[in-house]
Amino acid sequence: MRGLSRSALSVAVDKVSRVPVIEARDLTKVYGELRAVDAISFEVASGESFGLLGPNGAGKSTTMRMIGGTSLRTSGTLLVNGLDPEVNGPEVRANLGVVPQTDNLDGELRARENLVMYGRYFGLPYSYLNPKADELLAFAQLTEKAGEKVDNLSGGMKRRLTIARALVNEPRVLLLDEPTTGLDPQARHILWDRLFRLKEQGVTLIVTTHFMDEAEQLCDRLIVIDHGRIVAEGSPPTLIRQYATREVLELRFGSERNGTLVDQLRDLGRLEVLPDRVLLYTDDGEAALAAVHHRGLVPVTSLVRRSSLEDVFLRLTGRSLID
Amino acid sequence: MSIEQRSWVAANSSGNARAVIERGFKVIRNQNWIVIVSGFFEPVFYLLAMGFGLGQLIGEVTGPGGRPIPYAAFIAPALLATSAMNGAIYDSTWNVFFKLRFAKLYQGMLATSLGPLDVAIGEIFMALFRGFLYALGFTAVIALLGLATSWWALAMIPVALLIALGFAALGMAITSYFTTFQQMDWINIALLPMFMFSATLFPISVFPEPVQWFVMALPLWHGVELMRQLSVGHFEASTAVHLGYFVIMSLAGIAFTTRRLRSLFLR
Repeated sequence: MRGLSRSALSVAVDKVSRVPVIEARDLTKVYGELRAVDAISFEVASGESFGLLGPNGAGKSTTMRMIGGTSLRTSGTLLVNGLDPEVNGPEVRANLGVVPQTDNLDGELRARENLVMYGRYFGLPYSYLNPKADELLAFAQLTEKAGEKVDNLSGGMKRRLTIARALVNEPRVLLLDEPTTGLDPQARHILWDRLFRLKEQGVTLIVTTHFMDEAEQLCDRLIVIDHGRIVAEGSPPTLIRQYATREVLELRFGSERNGTLVDQLRDLGRLEVLPDRVLLYTDDGEAALAAVHHRGLVPVTSLVRRSSLEDVFLRLTGRSLID
Repeated sequence: MSIEQRSWVAANSSGNARAVIERGFKVIRNQNWIVIVSGFFEPVFYLLAMGFGLGQLIGEVTGPGGRPIPYAAFIAPALLATSAMNGAIYDSTWNVFFKLRFAKLYQGMLATSLGPLDVAIGEIFMALFRGFLYALGFTAVIALLGLATSWWALAMIPVALLIALGFAALGMAITSYFTTFQQMDWINIALLPMFMFSATLFPISVFPEPVQWFVMALPLWHGVELMRQLSVGHFEASTAVHLGYFVIMSLAGIAFTTRRLRSLFLR
């Protein structure tokens, strides 16, 4: 991280700025019959970590592309740093870092060349880019792979290189489209750590994900999107408080019995019946489990846990995020 | 420029096509030279097989201005025009399509301050540069084999670039309508007969008159005739027509591609 130089003072000033970095009003994208994004409105403040949460096909990536001006909206208004990305695409993107859902590194260039050339696309001089590329390689822990062909890098390395590449222009806003999809747990934690450091420096993060733990880790505030519409908005703890109970009791009776026991459990709390388990929402999971046992019902396995964003999503849409 | 034009440019360009060209040269430097040189050999093989092999049976044919010339000298300029066409079409259709849909190269470029106009200009420039190298090489081969009899043959090199520009600009616009590989195949279906029947390997006079008019409407015929006249330094009124055809085709192609730019690169 050392070297991603940004003075601590300017960070402190940036952080409290109230001017929205992104302002979307009734943002809509229609592909033929499909309303991929359906009149969504939101604002993101400078220095904020903002999440777009939703299942595959909810319209998250389309929203990200519209922010970058590489997808043209059907209707609504959108301002990024006060500019319309359709009217001032190049100018808007000069302050943006984009990490797409699937890595699109330049396979005909080597790892370090990918960073330098990407900087050239921003019109940055070599005198800036040469030290910057080395710094970013260190940041992404890829210094030894500088001369490697992109195809020879592992999935995690490619992902880190893609993120390093998005930082070459020292963006004020970083768009991360499912940043950790396909990474192993260790690689995810390294990545989260890197993103935290950027956030500390005052970079505005906009993250799409369908991983609840990722959203809880990274986002100050998020919107939950389903079928192109916003179904909830708030900070992760607020959403959990609002839409779920303190604890959840997960019961597995076996796939055939899960559904048939609903009537006997109904009075213990709100129920969600999934194919493989029954979720019982309650403020005291252990007490509820005791009550279940007391009724002579013996689950194959049981688990008491804290509520998470996954439960919020389940409540709002009636289905699990990762189908 | 009007205000609308200026704001159109601001929306689609940061004036940095140079960076796209820089990337093109870096890739050429990284590439295996055999890949690049292979494109040069195709017309050379045609020239050796048809020009000298088949040419043995044919002997001399009527060249520009009614003068007899060896069969190899008759087809060599036509092969140069064809190779300029093929190279430009390949780069502006298959190559653009692949980089757009599969390698996602342009997706990456367009996430920076580059705009679609910068990418299009840069890529067309690279296509022309490659065309220039091939034209240079093939013209040298023609000269070495004694098939060029006039200094005007040197003008075949810039004319090859003009032909390439016309086809590349048009090809990129057409690619904006394609979404699948099957559709891309139509391009080859159009190109092969154009190569066979545009008076490349035999004179246009073998066709009945209605067919002749059809062939004369196609761009490659103009390229072939123009190259043939340059190779022997024979000019007539038709020379200006052939040249004009490609100037107009290039301008129309650029205008067409410009209109289709957002449909091609932004979705």
